[in-house]
Amino acid sequence: MTATLPQTETQAESRELTYSEAIREALAEAMTADDRVFMLGEDVGVYGGAFGVSGDLVHRFGKERIRDTPISELGIVGAAVGAALAGMRPIVEIQFSDFTCQAMDQIVNQAAKIHFMLGGAVSVPMVLRTPLGSGTGAAAQHSQSLEAWFAHVPGLKVVMPSTVSEVKGLLLAAIDDPNPVVFLEHKLLYRTKGHVPAGADRVPLGRSVVRREGADLTIVATGIMVSRSLEAAARLADEGIEATVVDPVTLTPLDEAPILDAVRRTGRVMLVQEAPGHVGFMSEIAARIAGSSALYSLEAPIKRLCGLDAPMPYAPALEAAMVPQLDDIVVAGRALATQEA
Amino acid sequence: MQTVVTEVQTRESDITAIAHQPPVQDGVPAAPSTDPATARAALGTMWRIRRFEEAVDDLFARGLMHGTMHLSIGQEASATGVCLALRERDAITSTHRGHGHCIAQGADLTRMMAELLAKETGYCRGRGGSMHIADVATGNLGANGIVGGGIPIAAGAALAYKMRGEDRVVASFFGDGATNEGAFHEGLNLAAIWDLPVVFVCENNKYGMSFSTEFSMAVPHVADRAAAYGMPGVTVDGNDLDAVHAVAAEAVDRARNGGGPTLIEAETYRWKGHSKSDKNLYRTREEIAEWRERDPIVAFETKVTESGLLTAADITAARDEATDAIKAAVREANSGTDADPGDLLDAVFAPVDAAPLASSPNQDVTR
Repeated sequence: MTATLPQTETQAESRELTYSEAIREALAEAMTADDRVFMLGEDVGVYGGAFGVSGDLVHRFGKERIRDTPISELGIVGAAVGAALAGMRPIVEIQFSDFTCQAMDQIVNQAAKIHFMLGGAVSVPMVLRTPLGSGTGAAAQHSQSLEAWFAHVPGLKVVMPSTVSEVKGLLLAAIDDPNPVVFLEHKLLYRTKGHVPAGADRVPLGRSVVRREGADLTIVATGIMVSRSLEAAARLADEGIEATVVDPVTLTPLDEAPILDAVRRTGRVMLVQEAPGHVGFMSEIAARIAGSSALYSLEAPIKRLCGLDAPMPYAPALEAAMVPQLDDIVVAGRALATQEA
Repeated sequence: MQTVVTEVQTRESDITAIAHQPPVQDGVPAAPSTDPATARAALGTMWRIRRFEEAVDDLFARGLMHGTMHLSIGQEASATGVCLALRERDAITSTHRGHGHCIAQGADLTRMMAELLAKETGYCRGRGGSMHIADVATGNLGANGIVGGGIPIAAGAALAYKMRGEDRVVASFFGDGATNEGAFHEGLNLAAIWDLPVVFVCENNKYGMSFSTEFSMAVPHVADRAAAYGMPGVTVDGNDLDAVHAVAAEAVDRARNGGGPTLIEAETYRWKGHSKSDKNLYRTREEIAEWRERDPIVAFETKVTESGLLTAADITAARDEATDAIKAAVREANSGTDADPGDLLDAVFAPVDAAPLASSPNQDVTR
């Protein structure tokens, strides 16, 4: 049976922190441990970051290492690539993941490819942290979930930490990694709380986590959809439907075995993501299932429950209608579990 | 590794090594026409660039090399003059038209040629080709297939040096076309606000592919744009090796001593087309002929022979040595093993460091 949440720390050694605080703690510990680590981004200094993640770090580590930048996403990411090539371990904060569009050349054509293009002679050890997702009423240019774009580019590692307890260890692992890592933080998670290990234990990249086990169907979910799916699974359990919930956590490199194993066990699978469904990350998961022996275990067609194929609207009712909500997951889960083959 | 190159070494030692080890006086590399040894080394570099690219042109024409290529024939003085102003531990970023920068930084000709010939023994093991040659051992952080791509990267490398308190400088090469890219604006601005040790070198060869600078920008000189970033901007005859070296040396010195970045515009011309698809529909034969008259190599040879610094025999020797070196490079490169599809995927990701945050895989990539 695949491991569930990492149990590296006892409850006594962990504290309840918010997702933001857990990220900040990882940043601080990495910078304390290694003077090559520094952070740069828009308003990360005295402002404390647009979502408050860097907080007071500028007062602890100074303006050199918590480096405010002009509004120059391409320049910022390019500077991080250059600094990484010259021996540093930069962490870039892009204020909204939508703004990575401004920096795509440096992310896609430079950071992702330099190691390969140069025949492995150098690597680009950098982390690009950026908040993604909707639910804040910020509309179409501040609410996207672009993870599939990054996951489609060979050479980038892509992480979507969905829990407070793992985000710190995942970020430390991302900072350790000699490759460019796109670290996608969901905005709605920043204020959520959870137990965070006090130590500097890493949570390795590239491991899918089974969040819940149940025999009737498998739900694969990413980002904010993980907690939403777990909540839906609890509701379904009240009705006697037991769901397994698998969280890939790292989109690239993808650990597909726990997903395929769960599908084999349950025979029914629902893939839940916030991003629009067309050519989304869950399309890849569907293809992996369909291309494996797990296909023969299916008792019903693969169900995708995704964001609509439209830009994110402003009005609260429209925004909510755009992405899978708790009720949507419950209804779809119930239908799948009871669907005749 | 700083080496004072004597006349004897110039004659007898490895030509490639000499290119990046100019005579040093009080820590500042000497100007090309300071003394015979330096002049010979600089001339040798320009001839190696010329002969390398002529060989590449020929191999393409004969169908012995695939892909595409961008030749800098006619622009040898800017690459040579700027790199001559750099010290051993300095770095460069280069462009799609980057063979000259690479050779001027002291790259191994055989490994360069092997890369273009798609060999495992090439600089990038056949993964990069002409547009992506890098030689981190000589501080070359890489050619770049994206116009302006290297500019913010140069700023970032300079930021790393500055944060670590190292007195190293980055020279960032790009063309006139790149100065209309956002990367140019963002990279120069970052370097300026952070006083980074970068020398931005625009090789203005008058055309971004086919589009003339006459139409692509509304100021007379690329260097005029420096004012927008609060840094010095200087336009220089890019075909005058000594002139390029002089402005580069001053800019490098300023950068190394905390004076921040400079934008140099080296006015030059590419004799050949943009790439092999170019039919030269956007410029006249007369214009090309006029610039061929301003051959930077001939100009330097004339200057140093008229001044008596070098003899006619020195000139012939520099040319012949370069010809021989390139022939040898082609021969040796051809004998290398071909890139193997069997390990195509082995360098997509770097192996995860076994000793996180304790080791430093990139610390010394630029020596």
